[in-house]
Amino acid sequence: MIAEGGLAALWLAAALAALQLVLGIMGVRSGRTDLLAAVRPVAVVQGVLTLIAFVALIWLFVTVDLSVALVAANDASTKPLLYKFAGTWGNHEGSMLMWVTILGVAGGAVAILERRLNERTLIATLAAQAAIGLGFYAFLLFASNPFARLNPAPVEGQGLNPLLQDPGLAFHPPTLYLGYVGLSVAFSFAVGALVTRDVGAAFARAMRPWVLGAWILLTLGITAGSYWAYYELGWGGWWFWDPVENASLMPWLAATALLHSVTVLATREGLRAWTVMLAVVAFSMSMVGTFLVRSGILTSVHAFAVDPKRGTFILALLAIYIGGALALFALRVGTVREGSRFDAVSREGALVINNLLLSAILGVVLVGTLYPLIAESLTGEKLSVGPPYFNSAAGPLALILVAVMAAGPVMRWRRDDLKAVAKRIALPVLVAAIAFLAVILLAPGIRILPLLGLVAAAGVGLASLAPLWKRNLRRTPLFIWGMVISHLGIAVSMAGMAAESAFTRETLVATQVGATHKVGPYTVRLDDVQPIAGPNYTAIEATVTARRGAGAPILLKPETRTFPSPQTETNEAAIKTVLDGQLYIVVGKPDDQGRWQLRAWWKPFVTFIWLGGALIAFGGFLAMIGRIRREIRHAPPPEFV
Amino acid sequence: MRRLLIWAPLALFIAFFVVFASGLISPESKTIRSQLIGKPMPTFALAPGVPGKPGLSSAELANGKPHLVNVFASWCIPCIAEAPQLEQLAQAGVPIYGVAIRDRPEDLARFLARNGDPYRAIGGDPNSSVQIALGSSGVPETFIVDGKGIIRHQHIGDIQPQDVPGIMSALGAAK
Amino acid sequence: MRKAALAALLLATASPLLADSLMPAAPYTNEQLPDPKQEAAAKHLMESLRCLVCQGQSIADSDAEMAGDMRSLVRTRIQKGEKPEDIRKWLIERYGDWVSYNPPLDALTWPLWVMPILFLGIGVWIVSGRLKRRNRK
Repeated sequence: MIAEGGLAALWLAAALAALQLVLGIMGVRSGRTDLLAAVRPVAVVQGVLTLIAFVALIWLFVTVDLSVALVAANDASTKPLLYKFAGTWGNHEGSMLMWVTILGVAGGAVAILERRLNERTLIATLAAQAAIGLGFYAFLLFASNPFARLNPAPVEGQGLNPLLQDPGLAFHPPTLYLGYVGLSVAFSFAVGALVTRDVGAAFARAMRPWVLGAWILLTLGITAGSYWAYYELGWGGWWFWDPVENASLMPWLAATALLHSVTVLATREGLRAWTVMLAVVAFSMSMVGTFLVRSGILTSVHAFAVDPKRGTFILALLAIYIGGALALFALRVGTVREGSRFDAVSREGALVINNLLLSAILGVVLVGTLYPLIAESLTGEKLSVGPPYFNSAAGPLALILVAVMAAGPVMRWRRDDLKAVAKRIALPVLVAAIAFLAVILLAPGIRILPLLGLVAAAGVGLASLAPLWKRNLRRTPLFIWGMVISHLGIAVSMAGMAAESAFTRETLVATQVGATHKVGPYTVRLDDVQPIAGPNYTAIEATVTARRGAGAPILLKPETRTFPSPQTETNEAAIKTVLDGQLYIVVGKPDDQGRWQLRAWWKPFVTFIWLGGALIAFGGFLAMIGRIRREIRHAPPPEFV
Repeated sequence: MRRLLIWAPLALFIAFFVVFASGLISPESKTIRSQLIGKPMPTFALAPGVPGKPGLSSAELANGKPHLVNVFASWCIPCIAEAPQLEQLAQAGVPIYGVAIRDRPEDLARFLARNGDPYRAIGGDPNSSVQIALGSSGVPETFIVDGKGIIRHQHIGDIQPQDVPGIMSALGAAK
Repeated sequence: MRKAALAALLLATASPLLADSLMPAAPYTNEQLPDPKQEAAAKHLMESLRCLVCQGQSIADSDAEMAGDMRSLVRTRIQKGEKPEDIRKWLIERYGDWVSYNPPLDALTWPLWVMPILFLGIGVWIVSGRLKRRNRK
């Protein structure tokens, strides 16, 4: 019953989306803005219906209703409750339903909250949102029905992939989807503005909170995903430039560029066409990411939720939405007025360089990720594009970007004096120079990228605080604080990346129980290895004691887990976090002489990578609060729907 | 100029669309072929993999006759599936030499006793060094080598009954 | 999205249902070279060589047996004094460019290396065109 109810809710929501689209087109064509009064409730009810469908699926998963095919394939009564719950979106159909739900709810939120935008543009925006929704409803209902029944129902489900049985699953995918959907809203605003040729500050202000929100969530999602990979994979790596990781990075890069260009549009009415373009690119990157992951066209994406049929569907949606939007762009952008002028040396100038560099990095990541595919289809030659390429092609661009980031916030809008700017950032430059000398002296032989990373982090860390200089800190607007904290977060994260890559100490040994080994400032000793039983797995648990100099001993318990359904082995690293880094320990298999494989890493300041990520997101959050408060203060008195 | 620029994003998107579509139509192949086809056999000398049988060195292989070099292991399940085909080839007079990957003599002896022994000689490759030198990325794989010691063909995966005629003709061509 | 990546990577590390041999690991598979300089060179090389059986990982962070044997090969050769780039070349001769995560600069891959500069150039060209026009007005 619940499954049928969920399916019915989905069908109804799809019908409402169709209605919303028709009403929207009518409204835009006839210019009858009174239709908005009809479109608004339709969008809201649609959001509620998708939410009902999603809650229904969660309910089926939590109660392990094995008569539903999706539940039988991905759930099991023996699973801990958290993974029954999070397992709802640990599979293709469930995650698509989650996507549609967020899309529906976001559409409803736009309908309720947006009051300042030109009404015709708002109708066009909601129509575009409905069009996106329709495509995904079709995808769910025709190609990936999450509520399909299974007859007869099996006695027990097949269980969730053990590798996904991690608290990360409850948090990481929803955050990314929220981010993607936020970008879809930005896309709809852009399409709406193009349709009504109304690309201006009001449009930028309407779009900005959605871009900001999406960007915060993407930042959190990528940060969390990176930490998840770091502790789960058991080799101490935190970023591999894997195609699927790149697929999540690309929307972030586009959203970061968009976030900055939308500021120029909102403040100075500049970069009109470019901002619209970026909004389209940002959403297309979310779609491309989804496509790359779900279609499995790239080798490194193994058989997980991969199905060429799904790929075809997503590709078709991609062609319709993005192709359509770009064609609209080309037809309409000629009529978009040119933005206000600015000098090369100005805040706008710095933001343009920011956008340029972010776009170049985006291009490098996109083409680098797809290049093996292009090369093989053209010549039949197989090749790999991996970390060495991405580091050396995107790394220098990122360093220049960060250097520009140091100067940008202290520059004036419209026109500034180069000498005056140089004076304002003289201190950070001096600090960077000192950092350069210090690192060269203290760590001779350091590789060039980590060296420059540390130097830039020192300079930018200081420069990011410059906008607060000589300001009354209590009266500084929240969005300035937001910018400062986000930029500081970039410096912190960069310092973490550089320190991790330059100063990590590794110890790989086959060790007898009782023997001690050195890793960085620690001595570690394998004390014991015991079999233990988990809720739905068995494991070998090692007991390792670590000491730093004469400090108190620290107890670490890494595990190797064996899951019966489906049969898999995972390494659970034991990690000790201290102020200046992490000790990371994995115990592997025994050899024929009863020695255990011990992998130990001392990673100085590695935590800064994710701490920086959290700061970036927190800064975004402050900026959002600040912007929204300002909007409310300056908003016209609310009219009634 | 500006008119062209306006359409550039759509053109770029279409180019990417073509890449995606071609990726869907012909997905990347997952097999990694050896690059040594048409090149001489790498030099190596392996100790006997099993007692009572000679080991294998590349020098012995350049003996004027085409032959098969079968990369296999007792712990590999598809290797059991291809054993009858190897037996059939050996009975047809094809010289077959084995490279046993990461194998212990006792396991290998048991494997041969159970699945038949079509090999003239078996070299033990305890750390896959010859396998890597051959550009092979798994077991079983079979290389056709001509009389001058040039690698002519690589068969990836187990040899199934329908593969036998092809291998025989490739051997004939390698004379 | 990323969870899929994780699953993919994890499945590969967690050595799926590929049968494994019973042989102990070759020397230096899971142990470091005594000379830290050599070990650093080996590590740097191993991080940029692709594991042949897992397809999505470097040999430096894979539990697959074959990746282990390749680590053993790399470390042993570095210990004998061979140059890392010669070892990479030797492997590319056998497995093609696929085995190296660092694409070479050749007829097939030059666009990859030209691209960053090209993107920047196009960007600067567009922007500077706009600025100049603005100034003239």
